[in-house]
Amino acid sequence: MSVNLTKGQAISLEKKDGGTLTAVRMGLGWQAAKRRGLFGSRTREIDLDASAVLFAEKQPVDVVFFRHLVSDDGSVRHTGDNLVGGVGQGGDDEAILVDLQRVPVHIDQIVFTVNSFTGQTFQEVENAFCRLVDETNGQELARYTLAGGGAYTAQIMAKVHRVGSSWTMTALGTPSNGRTFQDLMPTILPHL
Amino acid sequence: MTAELVRGQNHPLSRTRLTIRISAGVPVLAGATLGDENGTVHGTRWVARPGAPVPPGVEVSQEAAPEHRLAVDLAAVPESVHRVDVFLALPTGTAGPSRFGAAPAPHTAVEDRDGTELVGYTLTGLDGESAVIALELYRRQGAWKVRAMGQGYSGGLPALFADQGLTEAAELAASLQQTAAPTPTRAMPAPSSAAAPQDASAPGTAEQTPSYDPQRLASDRGTQSPVPDHGAQSPTPDHGARNPYDGPAPAAEPAPRGLGGPIDYAHPRRHSAPPPPPSAAPVDDGQPALPVAGDAVGWSMDERLYNQVWGMFEDLARTTAAYRSAVDFADSRLEKEVDQALADPRARLGTSGDIARDAAYARRTELVDQARAVLDRDLAQLTAEAEVVEPALPPAYAGWESPVWHGYRVPAEQPLAVRLGVLHLPESGLLRIPLLVRLPLERGLWIDSGVTEAPDDTVRDSAELRRLAVETAVTIAARLLAVHPPGEFAVHVVDPAGAGAGALTPLTGAGMLAAAPATGAAGVTDLLERLTRRVDLVQMAVRGGAEASLPADVDTARQLLIVNDFPHGFDERAVTRLRYLADEGPAVGVHLLLVADRQDAAAYGPLLDPLWRSLMRLTPVPDDHIADPWVGHAWTYEPSPVPPGSQIVRQVLAEVARARPKDR
Repeated sequence: MSVNLTKGQAISLEKKDGGTLTAVRMGLGWQAAKRRGLFGSRTREIDLDASAVLFAEKQPVDVVFFRHLVSDDGSVRHTGDNLVGGVGQGGDDEAILVDLQRVPVHIDQIVFTVNSFTGQTFQEVENAFCRLVDETNGQELARYTLAGGGAYTAQIMAKVHRVGSSWTMTALGTPSNGRTFQDLMPTILPHL
Repeated sequence: MTAELVRGQNHPLSRTRLTIRISAGVPVLAGATLGDENGTVHGTRWVARPGAPVPPGVEVSQEAAPEHRLAVDLAAVPESVHRVDVFLALPTGTAGPSRFGAAPAPHTAVEDRDGTELVGYTLTGLDGESAVIALELYRRQGAWKVRAMGQGYSGGLPALFADQGLTEAAELAASLQQTAAPTPTRAMPAPSSAAAPQDASAPGTAEQTPSYDPQRLASDRGTQSPVPDHGAQSPTPDHGARNPYDGPAPAAEPAPRGLGGPIDYAHPRRHSAPPPPPSAAPVDDGQPALPVAGDAVGWSMDERLYNQVWGMFEDLARTTAAYRSAVDFADSRLEKEVDQALADPRARLGTSGDIARDAAYARRTELVDQARAVLDRDLAQLTAEAEVVEPALPPAYAGWESPVWHGYRVPAEQPLAVRLGVLHLPESGLLRIPLLVRLPLERGLWIDSGVTEAPDDTVRDSAELRRLAVETAVTIAARLLAVHPPGEFAVHVVDPAGAGAGALTPLTGAGMLAAAPATGAAGVTDLLERLTRRVDLVQMAVRGGAEASLPADVDTARQLLIVNDFPHGFDERAVTRLRYLADEGPAVGVHLLLVADRQDAAAYGPLLDPLWRSLMRLTPVPDDHIADPWVGHAWTYEPSPVPPGSQIVRQVLAEVARARPKDR
């Protein structure tokens, strides 16, 4: 059963049966812009980008985004940049896979963000969502709807962080503005 | 459950009392050799063979037969024995086939004493061999394992025994052939029919079968022969060179898995569909799967092994990146915390500053230890994988120390890639990753004979380095010659001053060169001109779609140009020609192998920089200059070492020379 997260809500990634999650996927989906122009060539495409920033005690150590698809240690993988969006029916258009067991020992937080690379605010984007999926069985753990996100071009979605030997996810849902994750760093830091 | 092994694969043995069943379809001789941890067999009494007293723990059949049962009691094998190699050989002087290629693929099975089959292995892909090591039982950390070997010997039993360090190999092989000649009255083997009756003192042991004679084994155990003198064994080569007996002997071709049918009709190199990749045996949750050679995607075993090696390369790069990142973080945190402790004026007096500092150091140590534990776990897994993969590599991918080179035969087609050396990182311990590069080479190679900073601060002699550089170039050229089908790869040498003549003898002596090494300015100009013309003509022909109308004197084989001592003997014009060859050559099959010290070309200033950049730099001695494509670590490269004193390169070149088309 999926949980619709609200801002600041934390869910533990420990499974019901006591085992911890081993692999999670952060999925991002949105509906492509309406076709414009005679041949659709003048469509104002919407390009949202998912990024993940790896922190060690509040210091950014590595980042996974469309220009660096795999973290150096190999534990976080981006499936590839989607420049236009999808049909908007709940499928992931971009995804970041995290192998929690392989995350280096000093990394204690991973923050997921969404940016509008092409500059449209979330008001203009339809059916945008972000969700967290248990990669081992495809079960959706949490979903966050971006629609109605207001006149912002970026959002800090969620963070997964170590609590003892397991991981917990906290929904952040903080709106921000920026083209790539770099612009968001000042907004991310207070949440660590 | 039966595990059907592929060549090179190993499997743990849970029992010590075993029966090895061999079904060959034609009469074969079967026996076993007992070797030490290096695989050396210390004298003929360690060869379990027909017509001779058997060493403790092993029972063999007395004559050649299509079916054999060998009884092995690993608990009774002396401590000094680390390997039991089960060999098969075709009897000589009979009407039967004289090579395994003409006989059905032999099937071997390891059974426990109840007759339950533990492991099966079919020896496919044999051709001209008349003797073969089928299986190897070996000790690994106190436990016994079995490995599918399939190491064939075209030289027959004498070559097999000689390879195991037996000095009297030929006599032993001859006597074995004689005593085991099949007698018409006994078509079926009777392994222990001549042995004493069953020992009544061990009734009810489920492991007993008629082919097993506990009394005899027990008596042998009581009178164990003295331990072979290990002090006399040859020292193992250092710097990670593997013992040739450490691994099984894979063949160049993938061994398709199959049950022991009477005749293997499959063409050894033709696949209508790719054979299923060997999958790792299922293991308990949380444990890494047991590594299997060829456990990667690909259309052929070669491609799978290539992908697997590159996968190991990436894994090692990434796990090391995680470790280094953690250590860097721990260090910067330590620095910050120590600074803080010192910056607090209250802490300067009293012990609180010391306590804070000790705590900071402890925190650093704790984090680094954690990261190290993860790295060690990953290294152990990769090392285990390398132990399985290395022996399964075909010649093009294998190190010179691999036994696969001893069974070398000229290939029918160009391989996917070739091994140029090995890579490692300071953290990776003894683990070496083969550096496999796709063929045809897209870039020329540059063996740097310049003096580089040695990791151990030893100053290397420049002349020594130049010699090593030429030797490295020769082994790489020899490997390229060996992995291409005969006649499809030609080597030219430019050695303007004749400085490399000594080191080049393996090539010149075997008649591998299209012509004698070009010397002097005139020779250099002439050879470069001919190669330039070839590049130009082939380029034109390719662009015009008229490959068939090339002049008859244009050699369509791939050409490798080895240039020693560049830029000695080169004038401006020749340098320009060489740069043309470096740029345009690879696309039309002309490749460059430059042996040069960049300092020698300093007079050209930055003009030659693009040339150096376009070449792949290799070094004759370990040097950390190769960057991986994922993280960009500086990997230490070293050429694939030829075991000291080994003649393997010459042997392989002689084989290549034999197979060359005579009209060239």
